[in-house]
Amino acid sequence: MRIAIQAEAFDMGAEANRFAAGNHGAGAIVTFTGITRDTAKGDLEAMEIEHYPGMTERALTTIATQAMVRWSLADCLVIHRYGRFAPRAPIMMVATAARHRGDAFAAAEFLMDYLKSRAPFWKKEITRSGTGWVAARDEDEAALKRW
Amino acid sequence: MIDLLYFAWVRERIGLPREQVETNAATVAELIAELSAREERYALAFADLASLRVALDQELADFDAPLTGVREVAIFPPMTGG
Repeated sequence: MRIAIQAEAFDMGAEANRFAAGNHGAGAIVTFTGITRDTAKGDLEAMEIEHYPGMTERALTTIATQAMVRWSLADCLVIHRYGRFAPRAPIMMVATAARHRGDAFAAAEFLMDYLKSRAPFWKKEITRSGTGWVAARDEDEAALKRW
Repeated sequence: MIDLLYFAWVRERIGLPREQVETNAATVAELIAELSAREERYALAFADLASLRVALDQELADFDAPLTGVREVAIFPPMTGG
């Protein structure tokens, strides 16, 4: 299990390859990469991600440990960046390794659902017409109920 | 003495990322009421409790959670990670 909270860019291909190479017993590896989404108007200039150092590590470790136990994962990886990003920049990545794909997919979705609303990150959009904090969506909170 | 941390628009409205306060508040809700009564910027930041979340010593908690033994209180909007 690896948790990385970093400002630096990551190479999603290299991360996926390294993760796969370390998990010989697993028959399934699922990876998810999140990138900065443009606004509906298409005028995003940058996105800033702020986090709570200390609590972020704790929250991600708790969430990842739960996923490891619940789906008997061989391994899992969470990378989440903070700082200022251009549109389409990779900002986070999750990878899960399990014997079978069902567990790998479910664990990755669980990790993403919890990361969205229980890990202390906040996104701010900087557009040509101004800046604004991204509001949490009710759907994201509701998504936790299925677990 | 409690360390108070603010994030995102809570930090912007209050105008600082962290501070130390001396308080006798028994719960987070009491601490928030105390700060709100102190200055307008706190009252503005804490006007709508439904749009705030709180962590005590880096664990999410409720507003009625006791502050006994707590060293670090963080107040912030709902999280938007991922």
